[in-house]
Amino acid sequence: MSALPKRRQDATEARLTNLRLPVSGGWTLPAREDALTRLGAMGLPQRRDEYWRFTDPAAFNAVEVAEAEPFQNDDETPLFNELKPIEITFVDGVLDPQARDDLRHEGLQVAFLSSAVETDIHWARKVFGRLEAAGQVPVPRPFATLNTAFATDGLLIRATKPVARPVAIRYVHRDSRSDAILHHVVRVDEGASLTLLETGPAAARLNTVMESDIADNATFHHVRDQGRTHLRQAVTSVFARIGRDATYKSFTMTANGVLTRNEHVVEMLGDDSVAHVAGIAIGDGRTGRFHHDDTVFVTHDALRCESRQVFKKVLKNGAVGVFQGKILVKDGAQKTDGYQISQSLLLDEDSQFLAKPELEIYADDVACSHGSTTGAIDETALYYLRSRGIPERDATDLLVLAFLAEALEEVDDPVMAEALQDRLAGWLARHAG
Amino acid sequence: MLKIENLHVKLEEEDKQILKGVDLTVEAGTVHAIMGPNGSGKSTLSYVLSGRDGYEVTDGTAMLDDTDLLALEPEERAAAGLFLAFQYPVEIPGVGNMTFLRTAVNAQRKARGQEEMSSTEFLKTIRAKAAELNIDADMLKRPVNVGFSGGEKKRNEILQMAMLEPRMCILDETDSGLDVDAMRLVADGVNALRGEGRGFLVITHYQRLLDHIAPDFVHIMADGRIVKSGGPELALEVEKNGYADILSEVA
Repeated sequence: MSALPKRRQDATEARLTNLRLPVSGGWTLPAREDALTRLGAMGLPQRRDEYWRFTDPAAFNAVEVAEAEPFQNDDETPLFNELKPIEITFVDGVLDPQARDDLRHEGLQVAFLSSAVETDIHWARKVFGRLEAAGQVPVPRPFATLNTAFATDGLLIRATKPVARPVAIRYVHRDSRSDAILHHVVRVDEGASLTLLETGPAAARLNTVMESDIADNATFHHVRDQGRTHLRQAVTSVFARIGRDATYKSFTMTANGVLTRNEHVVEMLGDDSVAHVAGIAIGDGRTGRFHHDDTVFVTHDALRCESRQVFKKVLKNGAVGVFQGKILVKDGAQKTDGYQISQSLLLDEDSQFLAKPELEIYADDVACSHGSTTGAIDETALYYLRSRGIPERDATDLLVLAFLAEALEEVDDPVMAEALQDRLAGWLARHAG
Repeated sequence: MLKIENLHVKLEEEDKQILKGVDLTVEAGTVHAIMGPNGSGKSTLSYVLSGRDGYEVTDGTAMLDDTDLLALEPEERAAAGLFLAFQYPVEIPGVGNMTFLRTAVNAQRKARGQEEMSSTEFLKTIRAKAAELNIDADMLKRPVNVGFSGGEKKRNEILQMAMLEPRMCILDETDSGLDVDAMRLVADGVNALRGEGRGFLVITHYQRLLDHIAPDFVHIMADGRIVKSGGPELALEVEKNGYADILSEVA
């Protein structure tokens, strides 16, 4: 192990004490061993690290998981049920074989990381740990590396043709001390398309990685809802590699959660592609501490690609929101169209939004813009709505949903967008005043 | 119907008295016009009646029939039957015009203990009323007032008034920013609502609007008071001679 500062090394070693590489890792073992070596060299993050200044990583580093009471969601049906997705369920990070649909479906191949040893899944071998390792430059993402080494399960999902039905990963949280590490690998072949949904809180503490390899002319939609549990902690890392003429769209909704860090690393490697990463986070400090961090890094390394980052947060009663977003345009990535917006609506004076938007451009013929705003409810608009007879509470909710609309527009499917909007409206109604 | 007595209003944030004892009664079925020079307190009167923040009533009352308007929240005043057509209608990005109107109509019905309007009935009603005001389907779909021209915004105000069917309508310089054709449309919309049981208070700088919406009474406001009241001929006098004559006469 290289010479890390003592504190970092101690913290890293402590965290690894109870973790073991899976004996039956099969073809994944070399990648896991490589990850462990890399993790030893970089160490786990500390509060003083540039990319952890706004979010304390201590809870993710802790050996013991802080207790999180499972949330009994008995007033809502599972999200996106109306789309009749192909469902796979994980309970506290463990695959539930009872709650698994028939996965045989045209153009779809699904396997599980936990049974990787049984079959050499050559396509997954080319992605597993590879996109994560590539995404460590220039900013280290140690929790993703830890995940590659120690993930206990995850989906290996490949689309070889357009897949008609969406695939949904349903997460269920039952154990107040569960500590799940899941690693999903997605490959969308040339000309294929796939919609992948993730819903629900997965565990008391969750670490997920999703590596998505999107080939030329492929389309991948990723929509997730991180569940309503209040005290859960989650660090998630998405790595997407995008080919030529491809489309990648990712949307995340987060309501509640004591601590969430969602990292997104997107590399646009083929010409004429589109990548949109969007998210809505709503938090109310009155029902438990809320700290939500979106950290996004989009790299343009091809011609004429379009990227959009749209992140909106609604914060009240001491909730904290963080956005760190970067667009890197490499030398030669001409005609890049890059857009980034991060906005927060603070419903009181106790809440906080911290934003660090960044642009780094090495090509001379590009259009890139970024903006970040923090504001309160527009009093004039509120008065206008009330003067038409709309009660203050309803008028406020209307304005909050209006604020979130631009992010929600990033969800192409109108049925999904409406379902998400209903959940947001439900949350607002429960958190009025 | 609307009875304002000795209304004194100052700005909340600074020690500035705007209204210095306004007395005005609008009977059901009549149209009253208020004219007056800039800064006389006309718009403040409309804001105070509708419940906008930033003003402090230091004396006086404003009753809508038996309801003490000044004791109510803005939405309660609306449900009681008061409507203000804004001088500067507010743009609300992200809220569809149709959603806004349906929410408003049903909120008022709910507040009055009436049944909500069904989607079908609402659509039928709004299409008919929008057509009369030359408001197309696109304007109904767009976010409230966003990207609307000055004329479109004012027509949208009148559409809201037509849908909400208030008992007491206040129009605050609805003619400002309107060309002749737009003014006629707006005036037709207002005239269609004139009738038994509904009162109007039309605030304007110019006689022009009153050519189209003929008032029963005209009041001149200056320095926070109504200084002269009369019939429609008073507006013509202002148009001809300006405010100076009237003001020196009452001074």
